[in-house]
Amino acid sequence: MTETLERPLTTGTIELRTDRGWLAVCAPSGLVPGRGVAVLLPDGGQAAVFLDRAGRPYAIGNRDPFTGAYVLSRGLTGSADGRPYVASPLLKQRFDLETGACLDDASVSVPVYETRVAPEAAAAA
Amino acid sequence: MTATPTIVLIGHGMVGQRFLEALADRGMTGDAARVVVLCEEPRPAYDRVQLTSYFSGRTPEDLSLVEADFIEKHGIELRLGDPAETVDRATRTVTARSGFTVQYDQLVLATGSYPFVPPVPGKDSAGCFVYRTIEDLLEIEEYAKNVSSGSVVGGGLLGLEAAGALKGLGLDTHVVEFAPRLMPVQVDDGGGEALRRTIEDMGVTVHTGVGGKEITAGEDGAVTGMELSDGSRIDTDMVIFSAGVRPRDQLARECGLEVGERGGIKVDEQCRTATDPAVFAIGECALAVDGRVYGLVAPGYEMAETAASAIAAQETAGFTGADTSTKLKLLGVDVASFGDAHGNAEGCLDVVYADSRSGVYKKLVIGQDGTLLGGVLVGDAEAYGTLRPLTGSVPPVSPEQLVLPAGAGGPVSIGPSALPDEAVICNCHNVTKGTIRAAVTEHSCGTVPEVKKCTKAGTGCGSCVKALTTLVNDELELNGITVDKGLCGCFPHTRAELYEIVRTLRLTSYEDLLASHGREEAKDGDGCEVCKPAIGSIIASLAPTLGASGYVLDGEQAALQDTNDHFLANLQRNGSYSIVPRIPGGEITPEKLIVIGEVARDFGLYTKITGGQRIDMFGARVDQLPRIWARLVDAGFESGHAYGKALRTVKSCVGQTWCRYGVQDSVRMAIDLELRYRGLRSPHKLKSAVSGCARECAEARGKDFGVIATSNGWNLYVGGNGGADPRHADLLAQDLSDAELVRLIDRFLMFYIRTADRLERTSAWLERIEGGLDHVRDVVVHDSLGLCDELEALMADHVAHYRDEWAETLDDPERLARFVSFVNAPDAPDPSVRFVPERDQMKPDLDLLAGPTLPVRTLEGTVAR
Ligand SMILES: Cc1cc2nc3c(=O)[nH]c(=O)nc-3n(C[C@H](O)[C@H](O)[C@H](O)COP(=O)(O)OP(=O)(O)OC[C@H]3O[C@@H](n4cnc5c(N)ncnc54)[C@H](O)[C@@H]3O)c2cc1C
Ligand code: FES
Repeated sequence: MTETLERPLTTGTIELRTDRGWLAVCAPSGLVPGRGVAVLLPDGGQAAVFLDRAGRPYAIGNRDPFTGAYVLSRGLTGSADGRPYVASPLLKQRFDLETGACLDDASVSVPVYETRVAPEAAAAA
Repeated sequence: MTATPTIVLIGHGMVGQRFLEALADRGMTGDAARVVVLCEEPRPAYDRVQLTSYFSGRTPEDLSLVEADFIEKHGIELRLGDPAETVDRATRTVTARSGFTVQYDQLVLATGSYPFVPPVPGKDSAGCFVYRTIEDLLEIEEYAKNVSSGSVVGGGLLGLEAAGALKGLGLDTHVVEFAPRLMPVQVDDGGGEALRRTIEDMGVTVHTGVGGKEITAGEDGAVTGMELSDGSRIDTDMVIFSAGVRPRDQLARECGLEVGERGGIKVDEQCRTATDPAVFAIGECALAVDGRVYGLVAPGYEMAETAASAIAAQETAGFTGADTSTKLKLLGVDVASFGDAHGNAEGCLDVVYADSRSGVYKKLVIGQDGTLLGGVLVGDAEAYGTLRPLTGSVPPVSPEQLVLPAGAGGPVSIGPSALPDEAVICNCHNVTKGTIRAAVTEHSCGTVPEVKKCTKAGTGCGSCVKALTTLVNDELELNGITVDKGLCGCFPHTRAELYEIVRTLRLTSYEDLLASHGREEAKDGDGCEVCKPAIGSIIASLAPTLGASGYVLDGEQAALQDTNDHFLANLQRNGSYSIVPRIPGGEITPEKLIVIGEVARDFGLYTKITGGQRIDMFGARVDQLPRIWARLVDAGFESGHAYGKALRTVKSCVGQTWCRYGVQDSVRMAIDLELRYRGLRSPHKLKSAVSGCARECAEARGKDFGVIATSNGWNLYVGGNGGADPRHADLLAQDLSDAELVRLIDRFLMFYIRTADRLERTSAWLERIEGGLDHVRDVVVHDSLGLCDELEALMADHVAHYRDEWAETLDDPERLARFVSFVNAPDAPDPSVRFVPERDQMKPDLDLLAGPTLPVRTLEGTVAR
């Protein structure tokens, strides 16, 4: 679901796909690898967007299903068996950034959003 | 005999309690027998051996030997404060003071000893005490508050402990010993001389070869001084008699049981009294078959086991005599004697090493065939844990090598691994090396605390813990039980090892550290939420020394911090943050109080006073934090680091300036300490407090480092904790000047930061670290590792480079840009952070957050992996 990149892009715009189309998030430089940001979605919902060490963007729902708080963007990322995840800053459950599955409780998951890095000039489609 | 027999125990002291445990182990409690205990003291059995530790912070409850539900679980009838007054052996009836009577099938006397008070005139004056029970100590402590000097009659093991206690209470202290040397029973002349110097260096005045002739008292009947046998006189306000103990055999005499010429209830090998097979005597009140009365706890425990076996009609080896090895438990003084310390065996030889400058004296007594028979260690009792168990065997290296200091004679330290399996490692509980090894191999104990719990080893006087730790670790290694000590799935090293790596290789980047020292499988990964903040903290605490930026949110560092550190505020359950400005020592001007009130009002924050004497403001959104802090910084506030694993507060009582009891300016000291250590990143949060007198209103003993004023300066306590796992802090050093205090705290904190595990509070660290408090004291007070200069330099770097994180953040637009709720809508507030009214303020609106399901979880409960 995620664009594969050879090198981190420093130009362009990170975008995520909502049911209303691609939404511009910010420039890749606006994100620190390993750290997330929160994005306000057109429908009032929230997404959490992360960059890994290799510069790949990921987006999942920002709401922590265990507490209801919209805080996943403020968790720390990591990787387990080569798969990237974020740990909730509240009670530390981990969520796979590619699938949204909770690694510590199989019955829980969060939504995932497709992401891409659009070249500088491209406008939202 | 009735269907269920009745067993009556008189005396619930150390040995009595052990006897009850031994009965329970043998299934002789509950339905099997009615067990009645008459206890003279107002509290159940406690650890008399550790009595003096009351003065370094252990409470009477800490000293208890009886586990919470022991008495109930075993259906034991324990009558506190109701001593036995008469025993009628004809009708087998015991009558207690309350009038309670009970008929026994078996009677066990465990009445212990009483302190001997020499018949000198004036011995009953106000201010004369003995040193045996918790009540004695409470009285001594109370009396000492109003006087300035004290004397101890008796320079033996207990007398010196008592003298240490008086010194600790801030009194000018004297010890009077009739024999020509201190601890005459345990040490020889050479050892006595070395010991005397050490004791005098502590500031205690020693008088040997003289006795107390008369206690003089003033008109009010209170002690004013003591006349000595050589005609001299000591001006002193109180006297503690510690001139030996006598068996409490009065009750036994009165009911016609045979006692020894010099006291002690005569018993046989099974601890049955010589006179009456239905009556047993154990512990210090018993005269054993070898004609001795043992004044130590280990032989008493053995007797307890023996008597319990006899009553349960089990085979027993019987009690025929015991070892009288002892180690003095006195702050800063190392004295031990074991086996035939005086060389009484025929044809034996002494091997002696003495260095009068450093006060070290070591003597080993060697038999004709080369067996180690005993010895005396003064000034350096390090080897006690190994030498005592070796007694009775031929040591694997020459005796000279055993006494020479390291470096002077080759392989000095033979570890406990050289001992045979039968060697007794823990004398107090008679635990052999074999038992300890079995705890690891058969009972799969993987840590020292587990082995302690399983075998009881190390839970008596504690002198064997060092040897025990080595043995357990060796055994774990031998069995290939490698406990993976790695910090997490990314690093195979402990936090302490990573600290050393970062410090010596001067690494300032997490990525470099992961690439060079991470586990193979994690090197290319993204790290994890465990190691990132831990390494972020290590780099932050070493930053000034490494020449890295001290600002925790610079560059890559920003990605390592937990959200609290990332936004320099504390995340709350609905995603809002709380704010705690620093209020050093809890002292605040009315103007600043007003600013806090105005800020809270203007931003609609919920306010609450914290336990650390500051004010917490809750309910701020991320995007409000900079504006809130701009006003606080403007008014002269700075970050309180409530969000960080760092120094929190140094709480204080109002101290000498206002309080009529205060003896030092505790507020000033608290402010000085808080300003010195503010911003110091550490493995876990650090809390502190300063009390202006021994009343301890600031609760300093519940802190990581606590300071209590004395009339001579400051006492420093370390390793305290409140919360779920409370622990009283231990005394590290006493009567320090301001400069000494600060220097010692510098060293202590840096040593902790260097060696602790991630999220390990000082209390857990002290319990875990090999050698415990003694080791830490050696390192930070006596500089045994030669580290102190470096530790002080690290702290000096920290102090010199401290800058307020919030002021720095506000000065930098790029850093401020991070404080938005949404990256794509910087001006939009977070709609999920809402509040509802509660008691005139507000609270998080959780209904808004609750989705279809909200599983309940405790905040502490991190997810098990
Ligand atoms: C300060 C201090 C330090 C010590 N340090 C060490 C050490 O380092 N190593 C070591 O091995 N030993 C040490 N000891 C000695 C050790 O405490 C004793 O050997 C041990 O307590 C003996 O246990 P016991 O049960 O025989 O006597 P105790 O513990 O004295 O218990 C006897 C109990 O019986 C009660 N009693 C007496 N008469 C009656 C009655 N008629 N009815 C009901 N109850 C009665 C007493 O009140 C007392 O509570 C120390 C002792 C002190 C005081
Ligand atoms: S020797 Fe005393 S606790 Fe082990």
